[in-house]
Amino acid sequence: MRVTSENELAEAIRDARGPLRIRGGGTRPVGRPVAGELLDVSGLDGVVMYEPEALTIVVRAGLALSALEGMLAAENQRLAFEPADWRLLMDSQGEPTVGGMVAANVSGPRRVQAGACRDAILGVRFVDGTGQIVKNGGRVMKNVTGYDLARLVAGSWGTLGVITEIAFKTLPAPDLAATIIVDVHGATAAVAAMSAALSSPYDVTGAAYVPGEGVMIRVEGFEKSVAYRAGRLEALLGRHGEVRTEIDPVEVAGLWDRVARVAPLADLGGEIWRISTRPSAAPDLVARLAGDYMLDWGGGLIWAVLPEGEDARERLGRFDGHATLIRASEQTRSRIPPFQPQPEPIARIERALRAKFDPRGILNPGVMD
Amino acid sequence: MQIPEPNPEIVRRKAEIVAQLRASLGPDSVIEDPVELRAYECDALTAYRCPPLAVVLPRSTREVSEVLRLCHRMKVPVVPRGAGTSLAGGAMPTEDSVVIGLSRMNRVLEFSPADRFIRVEAGRTNLSVTSAVEGEGFFYAPDPSSQLACSIAGNIAMNSGGAHCLKYGVTTNNLLGVRMVLMDGTVVDIGGPWMDAGGLDLLGVICGSEGQLGIVTEATLRVLPKPEGARPVLIAFDSNEVAGACVADIIRAGVLPVAIEFMDRPCIRACEAFAHAGYPDCEALLIVEVEGSDAEIDEQLGLIRQIATRHDPVEFRESHDEAEAARIWLGRKSAFGAMGQISDYMCLDGTIPVSSLSRVLGRIGALSRQFGLDVANVFHAGDGNLHPLILYDANKPGDLEKCEALGAEILKLCVEVGGCLTGEHGVGIEKRDLMPVQYSPADMEAQMRVKDVFDPDWLLNPGKVFPLTVSARHRAA
Repeated sequence: MRVTSENELAEAIRDARGPLRIRGGGTRPVGRPVAGELLDVSGLDGVVMYEPEALTIVVRAGLALSALEGMLAAENQRLAFEPADWRLLMDSQGEPTVGGMVAANVSGPRRVQAGACRDAILGVRFVDGTGQIVKNGGRVMKNVTGYDLARLVAGSWGTLGVITEIAFKTLPAPDLAATIIVDVHGATAAVAAMSAALSSPYDVTGAAYVPGEGVMIRVEGFEKSVAYRAGRLEALLGRHGEVRTEIDPVEVAGLWDRVARVAPLADLGGEIWRISTRPSAAPDLVARLAGDYMLDWGGGLIWAVLPEGEDARERLGRFDGHATLIRASEQTRSRIPPFQPQPEPIARIERALRAKFDPRGILNPGVMD
Repeated sequence: MQIPEPNPEIVRRKAEIVAQLRASLGPDSVIEDPVELRAYECDALTAYRCPPLAVVLPRSTREVSEVLRLCHRMKVPVVPRGAGTSLAGGAMPTEDSVVIGLSRMNRVLEFSPADRFIRVEAGRTNLSVTSAVEGEGFFYAPDPSSQLACSIAGNIAMNSGGAHCLKYGVTTNNLLGVRMVLMDGTVVDIGGPWMDAGGLDLLGVICGSEGQLGIVTEATLRVLPKPEGARPVLIAFDSNEVAGACVADIIRAGVLPVAIEFMDRPCIRACEAFAHAGYPDCEALLIVEVEGSDAEIDEQLGLIRQIATRHDPVEFRESHDEAEAARIWLGRKSAFGAMGQISDYMCLDGTIPVSSLSRVLGRIGALSRQFGLDVANVFHAGDGNLHPLILYDANKPGDLEKCEALGAEILKLCVEVGGCLTGEHGVGIEKRDLMPVQYSPADMEAQMRVKDVFDPDWLLNPGKVFPLTVSARHRAA
């Protein structure tokens, strides 16, 4: 089933006889496999309004992410959280949509400085499981009117409602970016170097580590300012390992695109986990995982490869944070909960919220279980 | 202002309820004397007052949990209170409610410079979070004007902002986790010192829920490295429109100042008379602050000067040292105090799209003349968050009502141009009855479902956020 307007979508959900499998671009097949009729929302296309001087754009959820990024680039702006394309990682086809990105709350390396996808959202419209159209938030920078359902819906993987429209805060794109590459080996040394950079006043907008390639620290802004901060960071990071600074725009963009797409791990066989934790815990956790990995967000985000069918949570034991199984066979995703099981009082609240917003349990049922 | 009818049964049982609270927390944590209760009859929205049944001042999450379990069992409404600085009546009690004040819970529990977060008890004041981390070169970014007094608990309840959120975001963008007590006494941990949610983003909906979903007793907050330096400039214009256009051009040019503050003539005059900051005599004034090293600041200010010059400013005043910088901020920071000297005032908090700034200021001027009450405007221009101050005389019969009516018109105007009723103060009781201007019944229904899940008996912070007629069915369920 394919819908092309919010009203059609509302009607389709009202009239649904059974579970619906909601799909934007279909590029992020994450979570428990969902059985149900396909509901394709990529036809909810288009831009509602764009006011560059107000740093605001409002788009429909089916809009291709690449189209949104193109429009912003034409005005020398961007989404600060650095949307990540997971097609290489997931080995998926299709065109990532804005709604899919929001439903998954996907943020790239700049999350560490500029906030996550959910932080850039000013308002949403969505259709709940009863077919009711709901709006929340708006299109202004600051809005505390009523409860914040926009953030609740972001990252809910379609289970509370199908997003139809999103207002984003945009930011000016910088003149220049530079990346300081520090030759360090091992997660302990890498986290120490990234932590030093992220605790400095030099406004670091990316801090990642790929074993074998070193730590990468990014600064962005006006030309002179980037040169100054890169110089200070080189001096600061020199004691952690040999440093060099990349300023070629194509090279710098390529380095971070690789991190955002998890490219260093994508070609390896096996299943891929994503672990959120406190950076200082990362070295110990990657040791427990004992497989290939890379770090983003200064160590606060671990991407790890495990053999098929292995449960990372068993290897990790108790730790500060949570683990999500991102890329795995349907079989593994049916057997191991892809999303971290929540303690009972929280799980009860989540179940109750889903029951309120989707009383028939028809929106991607079970995908986050 | 209508508040829910107190339950006479609960009011009658006051002695028994107080005795239970005392037995649970000890006598020095429970206030029930009518004279002492007066200190809790309102928050910073002083126009509305109602003393509560009792006040408890717990010392720990466990004590908060015990009080809530007791109140839940006896079906006694509970009003959470941080520092009582809400401008929206967010902490205003009802006659049959127990106020839970968090002022004794103000410890730092953990500070990790390596992981760049701090975990505090939620009664801690906003500014003292920064005090606890600045020795290591960090700060906590959200900076409401009341930051010396206001608590993190209140900041989370209202999703507070401040002057510097154009760059650093508001509370929700800087909050990583909470420990929260549900109305039935259950203690839950949501989030933690990592950057995203494991399941649904409950933290996102708790922040800004005005104390209606649970009582936050601990918070994990992101702290940021302090910039090398910051410097403001003052730019004066002879019209609001031109000042507004200058703001838009600065943002378009790719400069992202940490703050762009706007004051109009009535506000400038009042501040001058009160603080003698030496502001120029002009129609509109911008204070723009940028951060970085000295050279970076010079570069950004050079660009801002170029942009401003195109708009023919009356004056462009730079600061060359700390004293000059402080003088530029002096008038702005004393704006509310200055207004308080002249008159009683009501402070509004609507947000508008930056593109409609001059149009909205024009309409506010017309409304001000129509209602015969002066309005002074001071606001965060970069993000469109207006703070119109309506001046009135509390001793003059009918003036408060007229002021409220004018306030409602201004907020409706904000919504009409694509904005919202409140940008950083919250709905509270003050703007509760205006909610239908911004949200349809279905929109509010969706929000109330969340309330139903967290607090099915609707005991937490009664009478706020949702119009009483709109919430009646949920409260009765």
